Amino acid sequence: MTRTDTPAAGAQPLLELTDLHVYYGNIEALKGVSLTVGRGEVVTLIGSNGAGKSTTLRAISGTHKPRSGTIKFEGREIQHLPAHEVVTFGIAHSPEGRKVFSRMTVFENLQMGAFSRREKIDDDITRVFDLFPRLRERRSQKAGTMSGGEQQMLAMGRALMAHPTILLLDEPSMGLSPILTEQIFKIIAEINEQGTTVLLVEQNALMALHAAHRGYVIQTGKILLADTAANLAANEQVRQAYLGEI
Amino acid sequence: MDPLMRRAIITGLLGGAAVIHIGLIGMIDAFQSRDTIADVLTLGALLPILIALLIGWRSGGPMRAPHIIPTGRRAVALGALGGGTTGLVITALALFTTTIDVRWILSNASPSLAEELWYGQGAALGSVLVIVVSAAAGAAGAALHVIPGTIARALTVGGITAILVALMEPFVVAVLRNIGLRFLEGIFYAQGGLTLIGFVLVFAITAAGTYAWATRGRETKQRVAAMPPDRRRTGKLVVYFVLTAFLLVLPQIVGSRLSEVVGTVGLYILLGLGLNIVVGFAGLLDLGYVAFYAVGAYTTAVLTSAASPAFSPELPFFGALPFVIVAAMLIGLMVGTPVLRLRGDYLAIVTLGFGEIARILFLSAWAQPLVGGAQGILSVPPPIPFGRDPQSIYYPILFFCILAAVAARSLQGSRVGRAWNAMREDESVAEATGINTVTYKLLAFGLGAAFGCISGALFATKIGTVFPVSFDLLVSINALALIILGGMGNIAGVIVGALVLVGLPELLREFSEFRLLIYGMVLVTMMLLRPEGLLPSRSRRAELHEREDAEDQYEDEAGEETGQPVVTT
Repeated sequence: MTRTDTPAAGAQPLLELTDLHVYYGNIEALKGVSLTVGRGEVVTLIGSNGAGKSTTLRAISGTHKPRSGTIKFEGREIQHLPAHEVVTFGIAHSPEGRKVFSRMTVFENLQMGAFSRREKIDDDITRVFDLFPRLRERRSQKAGTMSGGEQQMLAMGRALMAHPTILLLDEPSMGLSPILTEQIFKIIAEINEQGTTVLLVEQNALMALHAAHRGYVIQTGKILLADTAANLAANEQVRQAYLGEI
Repeated sequence: MDPLMRRAIITGLLGGAAVIHIGLIGMIDAFQSRDTIADVLTLGALLPILIALLIGWRSGGPMRAPHIIPTGRRAVALGALGGGTTGLVITALALFTTTIDVRWILSNASPSLAEELWYGQGAALGSVLVIVVSAAAGAAGAALHVIPGTIARALTVGGITAILVALMEPFVVAVLRNIGLRFLEGIFYAQGGLTLIGFVLVFAITAAGTYAWATRGRETKQRVAAMPPDRRRTGKLVVYFVLTAFLLVLPQIVGSRLSEVVGTVGLYILLGLGLNIVVGFAGLLDLGYVAFYAVGAYTTAVLTSAASPAFSPELPFFGALPFVIVAAMLIGLMVGTPVLRLRGDYLAIVTLGFGEIARILFLSAWAQPLVGGAQGILSVPPPIPFGRDPQSIYYPILFFCILAAVAARSLQGSRVGRAWNAMREDESVAEATGINTVTYKLLAFGLGAAFGCISGALFATKIGTVFPVSFDLLVSINALALIILGGMGNIAGVIVGALVLVGLPELLREFSEFRLLIYGMVLVTMMLLRPEGLLPSRSRRAELHEREDAEDQYEDEAGEETGQPVVTT
């Protein structure tokens, strides 16, 4: 179900990365990445291991500072802001490897997700529980004792608790069974329909391109291709490199 | 050879090695002077028996690899084998000391040690007795696995309590005299230990109480939980009232000597509560906590003492306290800021350095004009209107302990406490959920420093003088050890840890030669048997048992495939 209902490209993108360079020590992980995400879109960033997908998300959320380049969110430059302030702008990051607070309960994890907001969170909890009924059943269970799929749901739910305008999802399908993966992607679509923009990083290019409006292919720190998801899925190069076809 | 028997013998030999060790360092000889049960058992004779008991408990217990659980008579027999092996080694030691004279190198390897090991009997009868008694103790230890868990626990608690009550004879006697129950003294105590009747009574009462709590405790708790809220609140108030009344009259009950000990424990409770914020709540391992204790003590001394070298405003204690707290919080931020980026081991090493720097600074010639160098600062006044005798100084200490406990408790449940908790688990994720980790780390350092400096301030007024030697590394280590022992992250645990780690050694001062040995043994044993501490916080417990639970689960799964774990009878 490749999506064709691309929202009309607004005058100004919600998120805009321009010539982003990110280093780990002396190693250049991003060598001038530029990409845009429009309001209401699902955009995916696909590429192989070590291509710089997670690094891009970390740069956006402020957990790893870029050396040069700009990140604009709703027209404001945010690349110099610390992570805990970036959240308050409406950017929530669900990190790779479903890093939940494993010794806290499901409920406490969700509570932590809303740490940046000082209002009542009951409605948001209900919303997350409606999206992930499994979490409602396990609300007082220790997060570390849950299965991988449940932890992934919790990591996403926790990110949603911040009321994000844009949700950064890092490899939500990693280590999950095909059935669970499908379920997770269905929920991503649901979250998007409820009005949240999604930037999705995936190794599972096939699923990601199915779920997204547009996509970028990243290789060794550079954007290789940028197109609609449908075109990328049809692209010969992409099919050979990432969709496992010869 | 059967792996269980092999283990029993090896464990027994280890027990023997332990007895040889404590025998040759003179511990048995030193403890001979005190009776545990008057005319029946000296403390010195009790030690090898306790070791044999422990060996039996280990020998008769479940085995991990291969997974075998001995049951019934076999377990008891294994315990007897382990204990008996220990007894054999003890006999060998006694024979050795009577035949070969090595006193020129091991001064305690004397015939008198042999006499003590043989219970004062001759070589032949003594040897048989030692082996039989050790084997019996081993069997009893193993039997703890065989009888129902609640009974085993009750017996253990009863035994430990009875021995402790016997050990604390001088203090219990003093308390009995103070509260007008002098007539009990003759029934319970004789010759520095419990009488046989006293021992049996203490043992029976505590064992019965433990058993009753284990079997009925849950029921009682449920009944309390089922009570209407207003009645529950009244009940709580009554408990608090009784507790407060008890704490208020405590110095009068226990007398001057014990009040002194209680005061020291109180200072360490304050230190522990403060360090617990840094280490237990925020997860920042600080090994230089003594620095804050020292800053608190010195600032108080400079501000209140008339003999302070440079300037002496001679403020009253409570007038100086705000300055002391501000000074310590500033130092806390000074230490905290440069180490913000460090984690775990690195943080520990750097803070360790800071602690030493503080001590050396106070000792230095550079700071001498202000703080007096090695001469220190004398005549620090007591916190007026209280005197300096232990029974009066107790009250300000109690006041600040309660204040600190209440503050720590409300912090734990607050937004700040949750932020610390998240930070401890995963710093970068915490940051990404909107926690300003820099602010919260500094807050932890600052608050921890404030608690530590109050403790230091009280310490200075309690002893009336301040010297650099009081602020060595051992204070930091003690404070850390007591929160680890009590249960990290838990306030009640801190209090229990301070009582055990600071209070007990003070009470057992007559054995001060062996104090560090006992201290080390307690710590090692605790880490093996109960790494989460005596009263762990919920999350800390989960943390430390995660792997075990996972292993158990793995074993269960493996067991399902290959059949149940082997059970031999």
